[in-house]
Amino acid sequence: MDLFEYQARDLFAKHGVPVLAGEVIDTPEAAREATERLGGKSVVKAQVKVGGRGKAGGVKLAATPDEAVARATDILGMDIKGHTVHKVMIAETAPEIVEEYYVSYLLDRTNRTFLAMASVAGGMDIEEVAATTPEKLAKVPVDSNDGVTIEKAREIVAQAKFPADVAEKVAEVMVTLWDTFVAEDALLVEVNPLAKVASGDILALDGKVSLDANADFRQPEHEALEDKDAANPLEAAAKAKGLNYVKLDGEVGIIGNGAGLVMSTLDVVAYAGENHAGVKPANFLDIGGGASAEVMANGLEIILGDPDVKSVFVNVFGGITACDEVANGIVQALALLKSKGEEVTKPLVVRLDGNNAELGRKILSDANHPLVQRVDTMDGAADKAAELAAAK
Amino acid sequence: MAIFLNKDSKVIVQGMTGATGMKHTKLMLGDGTNIVGGVNPRKAGTEVDFDGTSVPVFGSVKEAMEKTGANVSVLFVPPAFSKAAVVEAIDAEIPLAVVITEGIAVHDSAAFWAYAKAKGNKTRIIGPNCPGLITPGQSNAGIIPGDITKPGRIGLVSKSGTLTYQMMYELRDIGFSSAVGIGGDPVIGTTHIDALAAFEADPDTDLIVMIGEIGGDAEERAADYIKANVTKPVVGYVAGFTAPEGKTMGHAGAIVSGSSGTAQAKKEALEAAGVKVGKTPTETAKLARAILNG
Repeated sequence: MDLFEYQARDLFAKHGVPVLAGEVIDTPEAAREATERLGGKSVVKAQVKVGGRGKAGGVKLAATPDEAVARATDILGMDIKGHTVHKVMIAETAPEIVEEYYVSYLLDRTNRTFLAMASVAGGMDIEEVAATTPEKLAKVPVDSNDGVTIEKAREIVAQAKFPADVAEKVAEVMVTLWDTFVAEDALLVEVNPLAKVASGDILALDGKVSLDANADFRQPEHEALEDKDAANPLEAAAKAKGLNYVKLDGEVGIIGNGAGLVMSTLDVVAYAGENHAGVKPANFLDIGGGASAEVMANGLEIILGDPDVKSVFVNVFGGITACDEVANGIVQALALLKSKGEEVTKPLVVRLDGNNAELGRKILSDANHPLVQRVDTMDGAADKAAELAAAK
Repeated sequence: MAIFLNKDSKVIVQGMTGATGMKHTKLMLGDGTNIVGGVNPRKAGTEVDFDGTSVPVFGSVKEAMEKTGANVSVLFVPPAFSKAAVVEAIDAEIPLAVVITEGIAVHDSAAFWAYAKAKGNKTRIIGPNCPGLITPGQSNAGIIPGDITKPGRIGLVSKSGTLTYQMMYELRDIGFSSAVGIGGDPVIGTTHIDALAAFEADPDTDLIVMIGEIGGDAEERAADYIKANVTKPVVGYVAGFTAPEGKTMGHAGAIVSGSSGTAQAKKEALEAAGVKVGKTPTETAKLARAILNG
């Protein structure tokens, strides 16, 4: 989960990374009091999870509380690269900036380790620095079990060639930033820019944090950081039911078991769509192993509730999961939806293979539901589902 | 021969006495796996009956190894306790630890991987978030169904469980030497490259099927490895061409970030290394069959 800047700022502050004061608001009028609390002037910063907001006019200086209200009025509701601004941060104005640096910790998947990155060329897109002047970006592996002590932090700072007058202060920031990274189970913590101001102090002026959802069991506070407004309503409904669902922009609803098989199903449907008016998959939905009739019903309910869906493809390979259970699940799910008064009108194409496939297919044949068609190969079933979606 | 696992493997199960552990221990025994013990400090000294086969429970991996000569551990330990369980397996220096558990925090998997490395990699880790591995007709360490294929001469390595099963089933007429599910997490122990190297060296494997998916650059690096080191034919499949950028597709590691980790880039890298890549699992199986049938 990627966080907003204000959330990153809060986590940095919690773990001792030096930041400026700031608070988040969602109405223009609230900018007045927030600015008064900061002594009468502020920076109004759009909160969007995309880069380049400064260039887009999403960061403005306000010399008075009235001006802060005016700037917040301009910025709230603004569209920045397809992201609507719902919140702004009213931040303390930065003292005069002398230099801008870059520091981060992230997971290096390739080397299966954590990586510290640091550069004296901060304030700009770091991917551009990495591409054009890689010598200006130090990359130092960090062993998960050793962590970042002040000695390790000094090594990182030395490799990035920070000026002597700030080296120790930046090293101290590297230690607190590592504390943030570990304590919050982050996949990325990034400060850009890390600024040296006229007083000689070092301040984190903007940051990015991405958190690991797998650590939610020991990070109870992270749930509150979720951006529930931005979630697609179908995705939110699926999440509430514990389903692994991603909304896409096509017409063929997909249900399958196992992440890899479902991803593959989306692809196969997209290929089939090339012969059927260009229809595409409408979603990713993995019901996982050993799905019960209830899970199947929940999944079907979400997918049938998507107005974009014209046909549904249920693609199950029975590994440990038995296909007869899946078939019973489909039959029961349709009955369950009917009993809830939700009439199913969209055609379902079902492909069952693997464990107890014959039995599962027989159950579907016996149930003889008018909307359910059985096709026994994955490619054939995808073609049928695409054809039905195109015909609607 | 096969890779990593054979009929002589002596397998213990960490987390055997939990519901998932019980279910799959029974299935593994049914596939002929030589399961010599379970590990649970609170139930040490007891025995668990699986349809007439009695399996002793030990207090630690070390004790289980000393008393049974176990050389493989399969872990069905909940995410919150997985790091400690893997570290215990590493400390006991068991040669192979198969981590089935899904949902382990990255800071935990990065920590046990770093620990294994610091200890000289005496323990091969497979997973986490994987279906394990099977050498059909000999031994099954994990949750891959034992009855969907037969022993044969194809080696399979895959990030995905269900695609592993799909492919094993499609090619059940030819059969498999070993099939290894390496898992869909961002940090995994055994990689495509490790499995490719083992299959290349395995005299019982004639052809390798490699299944990848979006996220990371493991497939690209595997392609480089194949080009330089693999003489046996390799057939590939990559899932996730239609996955949108920035969305996690089921597996924690399956995410396209910016322009990196796309299925298209992986396919192109594999093809540049001479790997035939199928558009669908079925087409991939056909490519493999065509090569083996000359």
